[in-house]
Amino acid sequence: MDNSIDTIMVLLVLMNLMLLGLSSLGTCIRVVAAQGITLGILPLVIHGGIFDIRLTLFSAAIVGLKGIVFPLLLSWAMRDVNAQREVEPFIGYGKSVIAGPLALAVCMWLGSRLPLPLDIVSPMVMPVAFFTIMCGLFLIVSRKKALSQVLGYIVLENGIYTFGMVLAEKQPLLVELGILLDVFVAVFVMGIVIFHINREFDHIDTDRLSSLRS
Amino acid sequence: MSLLLLGLCVIVCGGFLALLLCNKPKLSSWLACAGVVVGSVLGLIPAITVLLNGAKESLRYDWSIPFGSFFIEIDPISALFLIPIFGLSALAAIYGTEYLWPYRQRKFLGVPWFFYNLLAAAMAVVVLARNAVLFLIAWEVMSLASFFLVTFEHEEKQNRDAGWTYLVAMHIGTAFLLAFFILLGSNTGSLDFDKIGNIAPSAANILFLLAVIGFGTKAGFMPMHVWLPEAHPAAPSHVSAVMSGVMIKTGIYGIVRTLTLLGQPPEWWAWLLIAIGVSSGVLGVLFALAQHDLKRLLAYHSVENIGIITLGLGLGVLGLSIGSPTLAVLGFAGGLFHVVNHALFKGLLFLGAGSIVHVTGTREIDHLGGLLKRMPWTGLTFLIGAVAISGLPPLNGFASEFLIYLGVFKDGISNGVQAVVLTLCIIGGLALIGGLACACFTKAFGIIFLGEPRTEHARHAHEVKLAMRIPMLILAICCILVGLFSPFLIRHAVFVITQVTSLDSQVVALELSETFAIMWRFVVAAVLLIVLAVFLAAMRKWMLRGRSVRSAGTWDCGYAAPSARMQYTASSFAQPLTYLFKPFLRTHSKSVSAKEYFPAESDFATETADISGRYLFEPTFNWINRTLSRLHWLQHGRLQIYVLYIALTLLVLLIWKMR
Repeated sequence: MDNSIDTIMVLLVLMNLMLLGLSSLGTCIRVVAAQGITLGILPLVIHGGIFDIRLTLFSAAIVGLKGIVFPLLLSWAMRDVNAQREVEPFIGYGKSVIAGPLALAVCMWLGSRLPLPLDIVSPMVMPVAFFTIMCGLFLIVSRKKALSQVLGYIVLENGIYTFGMVLAEKQPLLVELGILLDVFVAVFVMGIVIFHINREFDHIDTDRLSSLRS
Repeated sequence: MSLLLLGLCVIVCGGFLALLLCNKPKLSSWLACAGVVVGSVLGLIPAITVLLNGAKESLRYDWSIPFGSFFIEIDPISALFLIPIFGLSALAAIYGTEYLWPYRQRKFLGVPWFFYNLLAAAMAVVVLARNAVLFLIAWEVMSLASFFLVTFEHEEKQNRDAGWTYLVAMHIGTAFLLAFFILLGSNTGSLDFDKIGNIAPSAANILFLLAVIGFGTKAGFMPMHVWLPEAHPAAPSHVSAVMSGVMIKTGIYGIVRTLTLLGQPPEWWAWLLIAIGVSSGVLGVLFALAQHDLKRLLAYHSVENIGIITLGLGLGVLGLSIGSPTLAVLGFAGGLFHVVNHALFKGLLFLGAGSIVHVTGTREIDHLGGLLKRMPWTGLTFLIGAVAISGLPPLNGFASEFLIYLGVFKDGISNGVQAVVLTLCIIGGLALIGGLACACFTKAFGIIFLGEPRTEHARHAHEVKLAMRIPMLILAICCILVGLFSPFLIRHAVFVITQVTSLDSQVVALELSETFAIMWRFVVAAVLLIVLAVFLAAMRKWMLRGRSVRSAGTWDCGYAAPSARMQYTASSFAQPLTYLFKPFLRTHSKSVSAKEYFPAESDFATETADISGRYLFEPTFNWINRTLSRLHWLQHGRLQIYVLYIALTLLVLLIWKMR
């Protein structure tokens, strides 16, 4: 059991690193979709394959939303605004890829020090959750396109989700559903924002929006 | 209790319905108004019952908010404040249906009605709440709802500025209240009011100061009153009536409730309250004298009346701390009675001012004149309100001020408490307040209603519709009746006073029946006076019977072409008094006078800015602004940088905690 959880964690880390180094937005969306599907399987794996109807439904919902709906929405947005790749991010891809392992090291250290109220399934989970949150924040900070920032936001949420999955093992999944709804609204709103930014300015570079300041 | 909750639900539902139907102006106004009226009547029944029989009723539900519980209770103190809240809210709502009607083309009327109903319900919850979290939530809803009402006409910059001043002032007040409740709860670990007790004297002192600042900002104590003269003129008039008549009283309620929670008060609390009371009263009325804007003038009178109420409370606290039941009973009775009375006459005056604004479109006193002939009902009711607020017998304003006088005379002087000089100062202060208020309303009534119209606005004035007249009439009748029946009403205040003072109810009843005996005489005198007046009027009518009555112009010293501009203006009427109190008022006048032999164009203007606004808050806020602008370099306006700040803070905090 531990093995499969650790495998998922390693997959998550790899996907995060990929996101840091990719410039093509389409590929990024596909990686985020894969990450969502992986996370959807996580609750089933954590509970050790015992069949539970609620858990299965929840898992299906996560896969559906994170793996299918969000990526589809984002692909449409990408096609609509005609943005294929992230150009000139604030922090280049090379530097981003170097920053990744450094952040992972910091997160490993943090995860080992963090006191937890209950036993966790695998020592890998905490650091990876941290690392995913950090990657999400990093993407939001370092990228210019609004679309990349939405991606960053989803990755950040994936991190929080992993975190919650570990701690809320015995808890009702209501909390997680709440988070999902939040992110759904966020994607929705950001979709509209992207659409409007594009319509008004013919580009979706958020840094150039600061020219709106009086 | 169930009636009360039902009433609150009806009020809130009325508001929501009005919001939903906001594209149908007539329906939404009447639904909201009906909600407030029905809800208020439902709420008044338990309030009056509790006030008369002194029984408490409470209701408690657990709540998932930390330290919070849905704990409400109606006791005599709450009941006393609930009566004006429900009464005035209902009357002002009826008035508002007509007052807001002209705005239907430009605005959705459902929106102000929604906030109005929310305000009415929130005020009631504030005085019912017995849990600090619930209290603060209701308090904040009350502040925010009234903020949206103040900024109803947000197209005008003046009103937006007033809204901001109001919002900032309210939140400074709430910040102090937050500290107050946290400190209060830290002793016992619970924020339910009934579990609070045994507070150390040193903590009680700090708590009292926090409460005076926090609640005093709402109530409008000098120098925290700056929002009052800005916000009241900006709000629609029926809202001003509610805000000035009852909303600021929630501040007074807070102080009364705090006094019951903190136990035996030391003497300096009393002197602090008395000092605040006298200074708010005198300065409030002085600034009122110097105003040209009718609603601003009334707003300063609210400061004055809050001063009188605080003075009463201060005397009550003094009585408690030196162990004089007479002073305690009469002080609290006077202060709390004035709460109700002020709601009546200030509500009436603001509604009257609203009628004037409604038909003439101006609040400038100097643009009006001669309205008594054109608006007889408004004029008559405004006059009754003016007499009541000036504290003249036999109306209700006199009754409550009389109680305070009586307390000071009976115990302050005859028993020779500690400082006869200071008690004399109180009497002098109260007398000065009354005299100046009288002068101020002579000015307001005389300039607005008597003489000849000064502008076209005033010339075309007409009487307002029935929906606006009836609430004013009811309030005016209440002012007279409460004045005449004040001895009986005072006797029924036993439970309230017992609860506030925590004295034995026998002692309180004894004191009140002595007061009854004294006040009885003044009522007899008042009735005789009224009978005499009616007799004289009848006599005049009888003597004029069969003679022809001719009206002609006033004798004008033979000058053949008088004009309305030659009348006394508000500024010139008040000039002797404003000159006398120049050091406090600091009126800025600007004049271009004629220097040549032949008259040329000349100009004269005065402006009386608020002293605490100009010399205290403006420099403070400027300083804060200057200091904080040094942090301007942190603001890039780039989303990425802000997220970076958050991420870095998170990381640093984590590392710092985990190291």
